[in-house]
Amino acid sequence: MKKLKIFLNGLIYENPTLVIFLGMCPALGTTNKVENALYMSLCVLAVLLLSNIIISLIRKIVPNEVRIPVYIIIIATLVSIVDMLFHAYLPYNVYQSLGSFISLIVVNCIILGRAESFANKNNVLDSIIDALGFACGFAVAIIVVAFFRELIGTGALSWAGHSLQIIPKNYAISLFASNSGAFIALGLVVALYSFVMNVVKDNKKTKAAKTASESK
Amino acid sequence: MELFGIAFAALLGSNIILSRFLGICPFLGVSKKSSSAIGMGLALIAVVILSSLICYGLDKLLVLLEMQSYLELVVFILVIASFVQLLEFFLKKYIPSLYKSLGVYLPLITTNCVVLQVCLDLVSREYNLLQTLVYSLSVSVGYMIVIVIFSHIRTRLDNSQNMPKAFKGNAIALITAGLMAMAFMAFSGFSF
Repeated sequence: MKKLKIFLNGLIYENPTLVIFLGMCPALGTTNKVENALYMSLCVLAVLLLSNIIISLIRKIVPNEVRIPVYIIIIATLVSIVDMLFHAYLPYNVYQSLGSFISLIVVNCIILGRAESFANKNNVLDSIIDALGFACGFAVAIIVVAFFRELIGTGALSWAGHSLQIIPKNYAISLFASNSGAFIALGLVVALYSFVMNVVKDNKKTKAAKTASESK
Repeated sequence: MELFGIAFAALLGSNIILSRFLGICPFLGVSKKSSSAIGMGLALIAVVILSSLICYGLDKLLVLLEMQSYLELVVFILVIASFVQLLEFFLKKYIPSLYKSLGVYLPLITTNCVVLQVCLDLVSREYNLLQTLVYSLSVSVGYMIVIVIFSHIRTRLDNSQNMPKAFKGNAIALITAGLMAMAFMAFSGFSF
């Protein structure tokens, strides 16, 4: 039960992109296509999972004063490895359009934030679940943003060179595919999320009030 | 003329925040008050210029040693992190008034992707020393311009009364940034 709570914490209650607003740069820069967003979240998942495992394993060895530089070196090494692997095995146009956002995972606050606030205090299994939760939260958020941006911006959804036209091209709003559309689409998704959460909270409150009045 | 082109593109045409989407976390986090936005901007200008000069030199060394492809990222982030730490010690000792006014923003700069991106850019674009200086100065000034303008808009937003509850805070801030990006898109048509 506790494990599920750790997972849901990253996925919903402390969603890195929609609630605590960390690691926003890839959420804006790689959401022009669903394909890019998916590969970007795969990259974040790989780095976050490995860094959480390693940091949780060495948490009792590393002295407290030098922990941040140690974390940064671990993360930078992992990112270099993942970058080279992606360069070798990813479709070349996807790697090209992700560009420097892969290298910039080094300074992504999600990774360092989880290392600092979770992995250095908890055991390996919990850290793995935490990493999965946060990576999935990031992935779901940016894939939703990318889905709307690609669908509204170009009218089509594309995957590995094949594209499926859903809205006729003349009705696509190309603003959403551009830079300013990234900010606007993400803002709207954040608003939608907080709207849903407010409704859920209100429902819970009225339910609690109901049960309280019934028990009286 | 070429230097002017580099400066114009970095300042306005492809602004680091609004068209390259970098440094968004501090852009949203620190822009609630204009005084803190100015402090963050000034600290960033100093760190970007000095750390890009150091990285420029170190990259030449890495190329000589033929280790560039796999050590670049690790070396750069280490340089930036330790340089920010050094700057903090230096300011604390010699210019305590500036240190106090920058406060918590100085250590936060380590995780600002602008600094790392500038260092990576000047390697991939093969800039020389003068171009590096102009580029790093104009990128960081461009960052400061946008974050200061945005902080002024944001104080207005926070005072508005009849905003839907779901949009309050960062949601409306992101949409406002989108409108600003639209305005800055006009600059991207210029070429020198």
